[in-house]
Amino acid sequence: MLSVRGLTVRYGAVVSLNDVSFEFPTATTCGLIGPNGAGKTTFLNTVSGFSKPAAGAITAFGEELGPMSGYQRARWGLRRTFQTEQTIHKLTVYDNVAMVHEHSRSRRANRRAAVRDALDFVGLGGMGDTAVGELDAGNRRMVEIARAVVGEPQLILMDEPAAGLPDNETARLSEIIRAIPERTGALTVLVDHDMDLVTSCCSITAVLDFGSLLAIGATAEVLADTRVAKAYLGEEIDEEEEQTS
Amino acid sequence: MMATGMVSHGRDLSPLPPAATSKRKRPWWLSGTPVVTAVVVAAVFVVWPMLASGYWVQASTSAAAFAMAALGVSVLVGRVGLISLGQVALVATGAWIALRLGYGTGLPFPVIVFLAGVGTGVVGLVIGLPSLWLSGLTFAVLTLMGAAAITLVLTVISFPNGGGGLTGFASTGDSAPMLERPMYADSDADYFRLALVIAVLMFALVLIHLNSRAGRAWEAIRQSPAAAIGTGIDVVRYKLWAILLASFIAGVAGAVMAGAGGIRVTLFPVQDSIIIVAAVLMAGAFSLWGAIVAAVLMKFLGAAFTLLDVSSSLLLILFGAGIIQVLLQSPQGIVGQLQGVVARRRRRDRTADTGQAEGEQDA
Repeated sequence: MLSVRGLTVRYGAVVSLNDVSFEFPTATTCGLIGPNGAGKTTFLNTVSGFSKPAAGAITAFGEELGPMSGYQRARWGLRRTFQTEQTIHKLTVYDNVAMVHEHSRSRRANRRAAVRDALDFVGLGGMGDTAVGELDAGNRRMVEIARAVVGEPQLILMDEPAAGLPDNETARLSEIIRAIPERTGALTVLVDHDMDLVTSCCSITAVLDFGSLLAIGATAEVLADTRVAKAYLGEEIDEEEEQTS
Repeated sequence: MMATGMVSHGRDLSPLPPAATSKRKRPWWLSGTPVVTAVVVAAVFVVWPMLASGYWVQASTSAAAFAMAALGVSVLVGRVGLISLGQVALVATGAWIALRLGYGTGLPFPVIVFLAGVGTGVVGLVIGLPSLWLSGLTFAVLTLMGAAAITLVLTVISFPNGGGGLTGFASTGDSAPMLERPMYADSDADYFRLALVIAVLMFALVLIHLNSRAGRAWEAIRQSPAAAIGTGIDVVRYKLWAILLASFIAGVAGAVMAGAGGIRVTLFPVQDSIIIVAAVLMAGAFSLWGAIVAAVLMKFLGAAFTLLDVSSSLLLILFGAGIIQVLLQSPQGIVGQLQGVVARRRRRDRTADTGQAEGEQDA
């Protein structure tokens, strides 16, 4: 489970997150949605230790993440995928995944098997020797997901994994993300604008708007909430209402 | 197995044998064939000192030392992304420590070389500590100031020449002291061979690092700190480790220089710390071959110019022009340009082999 209490993040005068408190109670895949600028990426940055909160506490599986630095959180079992994937292009697919394992708490003896397993999981089983820089964007994304699932992760944060992927690759991605909880036992937080992806992967979804929590609950209910639709579509829904009335 | 079935509607990867992961490919940084490398080194070891005149053998010894110093620069610049402008000053530090130990103790030559490396590593670490807080240009300028400070101190205290006290300098002693060579490498030719062996050891040390956890961590740090932190890499520790390694190698290079000929402060001008970075960038910072090419450019061209009675400033002009060419046209440097030709040919062969499989993937 992941819980934040009173989380506030400021960049100078801009308040990116304003006193946000909520909890993802179970180790499943949870959605985090909201319009552009709502604070989703800031939330992921803060939980993963890239940004320091001005106030608030982050607890995951009974441990305070606040005092840990970014790399310590990664070793603890926090994984992160980025909007622009951050794989190490000069290293091979195998090394990219293995290096996450070697900086985790997992035992060295299992490394080879664990890495191969993670590569099979994302469908890159035969490509361990390929340099990541030679892969296309879709497969680099898959390398990043293999990095996220290897080495006993506890908390996986995905920032728009489907961005820029063609539809058939998004379908493949969706199946993989849905298989993550059973495979790893980790809580996955999925940030994405693709509502089909969020609906198909996430049982619980939280909505951020202007740095505040707008709603949290079962995904279908949250998406049916008129406040959420309004936040997403902004002025357009008002215009539509005006036209229909 | 289940997962493989599930994701099958992406690209069909089945033409590639699944066993491929178990056989690790030769890592990308081993760009030259090891066998060829071994043959070339052995040939240089045996034949070169017999063919070359004394002048060129001495130039080769300093080239071997500078190849080590350039190797350290190559690790910092090419692998970690830190521009350090203090490397030659650290070579001078290594020479100072080696001379001090050589005159003050009866330690065997290899021990002196090792201790010079360790001592210089500590000095380099102290200068490099600001890299925790600074980056890029600020760090580069700070290391340059560190180099200037070292040079200043060495100018004041001079190199040890058998005197007493901490500095080991006696005004009556030799103005260009030299580290006593071991019995087995007393002649210039044999000393060059010894320098070559030490250089090979240093290159092996770096290769071991690059092939290990440290090398992978450095590559992540160089590409993006976010990726490194996300991987669980302690960026601070691995940066300091790289600085320690590069400084250690510089110290070893200094000890080798101390046995090559008379040592004086003017051998290590501050500008050389900048020139060596330029030479490494020009030769290729992303391949270890670049360090060798850089040293050959610096020392052999320099020696040739001296023979031809050409001003050594021409070297500076050539390096300036070379670095502009590299920055504009090929960040991989001279070695990268040569490797590009080889790699293109190899890729063509490979495409011919697996053309069918790739065709299916593209479909």
